[in-house]
Amino acid sequence: MSFEWPWQYNFPPFFTLQPNVDTRQKQLAAWCSLALAYCRHHKLYTLDVMESQESPVFNNKKIERKLSTEAIQVVFEELRKKGNLDWLDKNKSRCLVMWRRPEEWGKLIYQWVSKVGMINSVFTLYELSNSDDTEGEEFHGLEEWMLLRSLQALQTDGKAEIISMDDGKGVKFF
Amino acid sequence: MDRFAWTNGLLEMNETLVIQQRGVKLYDGDDKAKLDVGVVLLTTHRLIWRDHKNHECCIALSLSQIIYFEEQAAGIGKSAKIVIHLYPVPSNKEPGPYQQSKFPYIKLSFKEHGQIEFFRRLTEEMTQKRWENTIPQTVSTATGSQTGKTRAVGIVGIERKIEQKRKETDKNISEAFEDLSQLMVKAKEMVELSRSIANKIKDKQGDITEDETIRFKSYLLSMGIANPVTRETHGSGTHYHMQLAKQLGDMLLAPLEERGGMMALTEVYCLVNRARGMELLSPEDLVNACKMFESMKLPLRLRVFDSGVMVVQLQSHSEEEMIASALDNVTDKGSLTAEEFAKLLGLSVLLSKERLLLAEKMGHLCRDDSVEGLRFYPNLF
Repeated sequence: MSFEWPWQYNFPPFFTLQPNVDTRQKQLAAWCSLALAYCRHHKLYTLDVMESQESPVFNNKKIERKLSTEAIQVVFEELRKKGNLDWLDKNKSRCLVMWRRPEEWGKLIYQWVSKVGMINSVFTLYELSNSDDTEGEEFHGLEEWMLLRSLQALQTDGKAEIISMDDGKGVKFF
Repeated sequence: MDRFAWTNGLLEMNETLVIQQRGVKLYDGDDKAKLDVGVVLLTTHRLIWRDHKNHECCIALSLSQIIYFEEQAAGIGKSAKIVIHLYPVPSNKEPGPYQQSKFPYIKLSFKEHGQIEFFRRLTEEMTQKRWENTIPQTVSTATGSQTGKTRAVGIVGIERKIEQKRKETDKNISEAFEDLSQLMVKAKEMVELSRSIANKIKDKQGDITEDETIRFKSYLLSMGIANPVTRETHGSGTHYHMQLAKQLGDMLLAPLEERGGMMALTEVYCLVNRARGMELLSPEDLVNACKMFESMKLPLRLRVFDSGVMVVQLQSHSEEEMIASALDNVTDKGSLTAEEFAKLLGLSVLLSKERLLLAEKMGHLCRDDSVEGLRFYPNLF
């Protein structure tokens, strides 16, 4: 399944940060959804601002336009405000992308757990993301930090508890 | 200064106001008078001076008291003055601010200009002598008895002779200037005439050399405004700017229409000063005059864009229309740079860019800033 670009991708002004506030808001919204969709499609978890400028998302070779690093940072900052992104360093050069927010992931996992009737039982984190049982679920193959965050979100809701085990971490759902 | 008498400032029967000028200081001979700055009024009968704050403080002098008067040009740190030489004090004079004075003349110092016009009107009144028709009996007898008494005295006799001579030269001068003012009146017609000649020259291009045509045209341009409003004729301050605005309104209408209803202020400045020839305007005066357009209900407006660019535009030149035309053009071509848009409309690049930016500000356009330059696209977001 190939990635489907939005129409804005071939519209040159899309690659210039618009000075008009209203226009800019719409533009940023389009960028946010494009960046998230791209990351989801390619299962990307960490992004580097400099590197991503060269990636096809922010660099349209066909129309010879690319988003400047400043603009990319603005887009990322916008994503951070929405809870889809966390900076990894103070200089804001690397970041974690969460195409679903931890709460959303947690919800998905909890739904699956209750669907298979495994509430009140314990899972290892590896089991959740890599066992054959979860094959076909969206959270299959989720990176561990992301998984942990999702479970932490569930824990604050009182729906799960993270337990330390000998060879890593486990979780119990309520 | 002892010739002045207190007055209530009201005009008498048959007396009419000729001109008034504010910011005038009085001098007793060469010394500054112990009075503040005020308004000087010239009527058909009198010269009246009134304190600019305290209107009770008002003094007057009959025009018949004046022997002659002359201009004294302004210098560095000195305002232009009019020196007025006066007859001796009449015996029955009403009391005034000065009981006596050692000077037989006074000076009007024009702090806010306007002396040229004032001098002209004073000359007119002095030659017309309108006060003679209705002069109060007391004054005429007073001066009569005075002159009767002093006719024989030596110095006064010499003074009279000098005055007679001066009157003669004065007459000659005013005759000479009359011609000039008539020329000014004719100037407009002459401009018209020269324009038609210029057109004829164009038709018969071959008969006259290019060089001559250019020289002739430069003469024409310098005759653009027949009677420019200047600080000297109209004083400084709002009155001057209002008159200037009026004149600008008249002369800018045609060029504005030619240029699609809008001109950059710099362009206006060049055009106006070229038309004025010698009497150049300062940029500051031009801006101030342009600011008057709205309050004076002239069909022009000064407009300041967000970028600070100032333009003069026709009032009928509506913003919506401008934006709509920009949007139409851009949609038509897919995308436009300011240069392309300028070529399309026959406008200056600066102004066409302002229009595009305006349309962008209103959310109708969006920009593409790349290595190829700034392009504008319809806002599809």
